[in-house]
Amino acid sequence: MDFDFTQEQKRFREEIRDFLKSEEEQGSFKPKPNACIEGFSHEFSRKIAEKGWIGLTWPKEYGGKGRSYMDRLILLEELLRAQAPIGFHFVAERQVGPALIHFGSDQLQKEFLPKIINAEISFCLLFSEPDAGSDLVSVRTTGVDEGDAYVVNGQKVWTTMGHLADFGWLLAKTNPDPKLASHKTLSEFILDMKTPGVTVQPLINVAGVHSFNEVFLDSVKVPKNRLVGVKDQGFIQTMAQVDYERAGIERLMQNYSVKECLIEYVKQTKRNGSCLWDDPVVRNMIATLEIEFNAGKLLCYNVAWLIDQGKMPNYEAALCKVFCTQYEKKLSDVATQIMGLYGQLLPGSKWAPYDGVAAESYLWSPSYTLQGGTVEILKNIIALRGLKLRTK
Amino acid sequence: MEFSLSEEQNILKNEVRRFLQNECPTELVKEMIEDEKGYSPILWKKMADLGWMGVFFEEKYGGTSGTFLDLSIILEEMGRALLPGPFFSTVALGGVTLMQSADEKLKQRFLPSVANGNNILTLALTEMEGSYSISEIESGAERKGSNYVLNGKKMFVPDAHIADYILFPARTDANGISLFVVDAKSKGIDITPLVSLNLQKQSEVLFTDVYTPGENLVEKTGQGGGLIEDLWPLAVAAKCSEMLGAMQRVFEMTLDYAQKRQQFGRPLSAFQIIQHYLADMAIGLECSKFMTYQAAWKVSQGLPSRKEVAMAKAWSSDALKKIATMAHQIHGGIGFTKDQDLYLYFQYAKASEVTFGDANFQKEVVAREMDDSVTNRSAL
Repeated sequence: MDFDFTQEQKRFREEIRDFLKSEEEQGSFKPKPNACIEGFSHEFSRKIAEKGWIGLTWPKEYGGKGRSYMDRLILLEELLRAQAPIGFHFVAERQVGPALIHFGSDQLQKEFLPKIINAEISFCLLFSEPDAGSDLVSVRTTGVDEGDAYVVNGQKVWTTMGHLADFGWLLAKTNPDPKLASHKTLSEFILDMKTPGVTVQPLINVAGVHSFNEVFLDSVKVPKNRLVGVKDQGFIQTMAQVDYERAGIERLMQNYSVKECLIEYVKQTKRNGSCLWDDPVVRNMIATLEIEFNAGKLLCYNVAWLIDQGKMPNYEAALCKVFCTQYEKKLSDVATQIMGLYGQLLPGSKWAPYDGVAAESYLWSPSYTLQGGTVEILKNIIALRGLKLRTK
Repeated sequence: MEFSLSEEQNILKNEVRRFLQNECPTELVKEMIEDEKGYSPILWKKMADLGWMGVFFEEKYGGTSGTFLDLSIILEEMGRALLPGPFFSTVALGGVTLMQSADEKLKQRFLPSVANGNNILTLALTEMEGSYSISEIESGAERKGSNYVLNGKKMFVPDAHIADYILFPARTDANGISLFVVDAKSKGIDITPLVSLNLQKQSEVLFTDVYTPGENLVEKTGQGGGLIEDLWPLAVAAKCSEMLGAMQRVFEMTLDYAQKRQQFGRPLSAFQIIQHYLADMAIGLECSKFMTYQAAWKVSQGLPSRKEVAMAKAWSSDALKKIATMAHQIHGGIGFTKDQDLYLYFQYAKASEVTFGDANFQKEVVAREMDDSVTNRSAL
């Protein structure tokens, strides 16, 4: 049993911190919550690529560094702590690359992995549809084999960065046989977002931000060699990927700056004659957040550790995500509550504490327990896969 | 980062679990609630022979030179079985306090007889206020020749009624607290057992002009506060380990019941709400596991652990209570009878919540660790 990092890992962490500190001082980024997704900066991702920090865990034969998931977690923890803009390469690094390594053809690996590692191209995810959210297997977008290409028709929704990404990772129905179980009828493709027939339309979320989109696919031709893995096996492949999507410390630290700002705020702010940090109620609320944050971190470390042991964290990742996303929701609620009237002020307002991070994070908060698997679905996974319960 | 136990630690854990499964069924736990002594001397001797009392003591004191983590593992399994008796008082309170002291003579005098099971110890820290505060201690010790005369009223002293020696912190002057190892058979000690929902027996202990020889002062006068401060993270971490074992058992019992009990033509576990309750319990338990092992590991490594210990106790205090409460909800009516074992864990959950400080107490300790200026960060 060991709850500490090795000297090497500590040095790695220091190296990342020094790099980010210097970059921030030079003005190449400003810390922002949700920057791991919303912070879409091709230039910044190129700098990360130059450090060899994209694809850290990918096998060396694919251009990666063959390092541990624990190392990757340390890297991500520091990038999130600094709220650095890694949105350009984030999704590709997290799940597209690993999926290609597991399921992609040699040709697809050769074509895409180096470009992801070098931050040359970005990816968005084309999974959800208006009628297929939690019930992902019900996707209706079709991919029909027409000789040299699949012709894709359908509509995707909640496509984060769909308006900026070069490629989309697409899930479509490629077998129309009604006798087959749905999960045996889907395939995964790599879609060039500039293909004729692809229309991206913005969706403005309740935080007033254009982040996700609707994507309309109208007779879009996807070359045959852009099929990933085995035709009709796509759903099984997807299910393997979502564990990677869920496994990350970004679920705990996407809004880390809110915690830091809150703690600084209470120590510097007086109300009714005394410092907020002297108020036992405030101390109790913040200590509670601190405890939950620490518990969440250990859950994240455990997931990385399991992966490094060669085990698949198929319910541990779900468990971790439930806990962490609920914490992040609570964080912005507690922060805005303690900040009181000032907690309402949004970025750009005069007097907004810390550029309005708390209020902004609060507006995003309903989505934390929804995106990438709702807590209800995740609890089903804990119960059915983790505790091995049955529904009959 | 390494989250698995070593092979030896797993062997120890399995050994303790198997032993207690055989020797400490819940029938014994229930029997000991009514029993005046509250423990089985035969079982006590067997555990001593296995070396469990002395696991944290160095070999020169009759122990096996194990680590605090080894002790935690044993306590976890004892918590799972709700082992009745004075193991925690003797080892995690009395034994650990003496083991950590610099009083070589005293250690040689007392630790071997603790390790071989011949002496039961306890610590009488809490006074009428019902806290663990050192600064609020009013009990006094006055020097009289080569002896000390002790006076005071202690409350909630675990296993005082069966202890051979009581560790008694008392004020020897305006600023100094001193710690004495007092023969429980001394004249002037009045013990009144309390009746409580705590499965562990506790007493009010009144000291009226109790004489104790000077050699029974631990180290020297004024060292008592420091000794209790040194004990504190270990005692609290040890309690968390005990609570973790109980938590796991309650969860397993509930998982089992939910799969066996049928209503509306299906097992309870087929209903989504029950599945989600169980998922919530699993999350609470996982967090407790990691927080508790983190605290135990830090203590075991001799690293600063005050924050981690407070976080583990804060979390576990609430988590065990929630899990036991949810367990009752899932068990339905049958869980509300003494035929079942659940009530034992429900009571244990509340008792352990308030022992060594509940979540709110611990959260203030955590807050102090987040203060910028290094003022007094003592929990006590």
